[in-house]
Amino acid sequence: MRRPGGIAGRPVRRPRRLPARRRPTGLVAGLAGLVAGLPLWLTYLFLYTPVVVLVAMSFNRSESPYQWGGFGTGWYGTLARDDEVLRGLANTLIVAAGATVLSTVLGTLLAVGLARHANRSRLLHALSVMPAVLPDIVLAIGLLAFYSMVSATLGLHSVLLAHTVFGLAFVTAVVRTRIAHGDPSLEEASRDLGAGEVSTFLRVTLPGLAPGIVAGALLVFTLSLDEFVIAFFTAGPQDPTLPIVVYSMIRFGVTPEINALATVLLTVSFTVVIAAQRISRLAEAS
Amino acid sequence: MAAGGRAGAGPVTRRLKGVSAARARVGSAARTRARLVLIGPGFSYLVVLLVLPLALVIGYTAFRRGRFGGIAYEDGVTGDNFARIADPLYAGVLTDSLRIAGITTVLALALGYPTAYAITRLTARWRTVALVLVVLPFWTNFLVRTYAWIVLLSSEGVVNRALTGIGVTDRPLRLLYTEGAVVVGLLYAYLPLMVLPLYAAIERVDRRLLDASSDLGARPARTFCSVTLPLTLPGVLTGCVFVFVPSLGNFVVPELLGGGRTVMVGNLIRDQFLTARDWPFGSVLALALMAFLVLLLMAQAWAGHRTGSRR
Repeated sequence: MRRPGGIAGRPVRRPRRLPARRRPTGLVAGLAGLVAGLPLWLTYLFLYTPVVVLVAMSFNRSESPYQWGGFGTGWYGTLARDDEVLRGLANTLIVAAGATVLSTVLGTLLAVGLARHANRSRLLHALSVMPAVLPDIVLAIGLLAFYSMVSATLGLHSVLLAHTVFGLAFVTAVVRTRIAHGDPSLEEASRDLGAGEVSTFLRVTLPGLAPGIVAGALLVFTLSLDEFVIAFFTAGPQDPTLPIVVYSMIRFGVTPEINALATVLLTVSFTVVIAAQRISRLAEAS
Repeated sequence: MAAGGRAGAGPVTRRLKGVSAARARVGSAARTRARLVLIGPGFSYLVVLLVLPLALVIGYTAFRRGRFGGIAYEDGVTGDNFARIADPLYAGVLTDSLRIAGITTVLALALGYPTAYAITRLTARWRTVALVLVVLPFWTNFLVRTYAWIVLLSSEGVVNRALTGIGVTDRPLRLLYTEGAVVVGLLYAYLPLMVLPLYAAIERVDRRLLDASSDLGARPARTFCSVTLPLTLPGVLTGCVFVFVPSLGNFVVPELLGGGRTVMVGNLIRDQFLTARDWPFGSVLALALMAFLVLLLMAQAWAGHRTGSRR
């Protein structure tokens, strides 16, 4: 039997040694798996204990957000009648919807433009990712300074415009990834068949990018719903968004009402994220 | 609209470009216009609402504060704002912030790396589930996540009740309004940002390299230190930047969980802009924050380049 010859005639160790490294079975394997998985369980424990406690404490009859006084849904009633919370919610929805529409339009155009006409422009690329990298407080004070320089009054519009700055960056990034994985020959075919730039864009480019655009829009909507720091700096005192209302509730007078509100917000966020996951999976499949 | 677009690529183009018609490729004016229509709006938006505001913040650092807030341009330029950062009070806040953000980052790495590693060892199906479970809390309201720790850590909170209940201590411990609470709050807020890039980096490591290492007689620890870790270093640095930067600039967690005892640079910036109304000094602090960001991004790019070229 000939050995497979190595360099300079040295024998090479045969690959049959592999089975020696076979995974141990039975109890040892189970233990090893448990030890290897331990960090994962620790992380989940750390991430979900506060969530579970918060939700449990929202179904609480007592006056204290910490102390268990029996099961009750009374605080949800209080929440539903709280005008400040409802106004904050309405404000947040207006801002998030507006910022989402504006970011999606500007971001999609920018993404297509960058991919087609300025793929190597490092300046444009840097500019389009900058709002996502910048610490939010820096963007917040910059915008406050800007609004004060142009003597703009602060209100919902100033938050909406501010949220569009980072929203635009996220939509651009998401749509660009979609373009990178797309097929440019479809657009070429459309043009070869006589369609103009605009109708090619509307009938071929946009439908092809739709999953990316929807994903980007959902991303901006969720981010804007929860955004606090920039809204805190750029909202008018008469128009607090929901996160600002939550902030002042936490700072001044903690009641179980916050637990109820937190639970509602958690439920909404979880639902949106899981729905987004489903939508993107369906889009991938189609 | 469609008709207009078609006309643009047609004869009008040639007429517009008549002078350099010989050089111009067909439709180059249409291309310029498309570029303008596509890139123009987003680009202008970012120039006005991103570049200009940042330029303002940088510009403010050279001026004195106005008596009622704002900027006193008439008083001329000054370097005093930068000198103030050396004031022990403010320098102390800066070093405290760096320490707290640093501890948070190290803890996030210590917990995040094994977690990401464990996820890469799952089957494809469970991997997605595990990742979604890591990211899910990140999508919930930041204030709510911070508030949850008040419920857990306050003197009548859940943790203290449990501890007194099982007799570990007879008096409630001081958990909330400590530096430790701030670190826990920041860790809770940003841990997913550490796990994700680490997962991507570890997942990309070629398993054959690990097999080769152990075939050559390296123990698992040696394989980890000489193969896995160097290959995942860019991911480690990305994760560290993702955790360190927002931790450093955060003012909500120090305020709600630190109770005003733990002041970080974010709180200082907030106060300079909203309470003390000293915008120039607030801008200097914001610039310091950005300087750290740039340094970290450079370190990250350097490490990415190094491992990239080695492959």
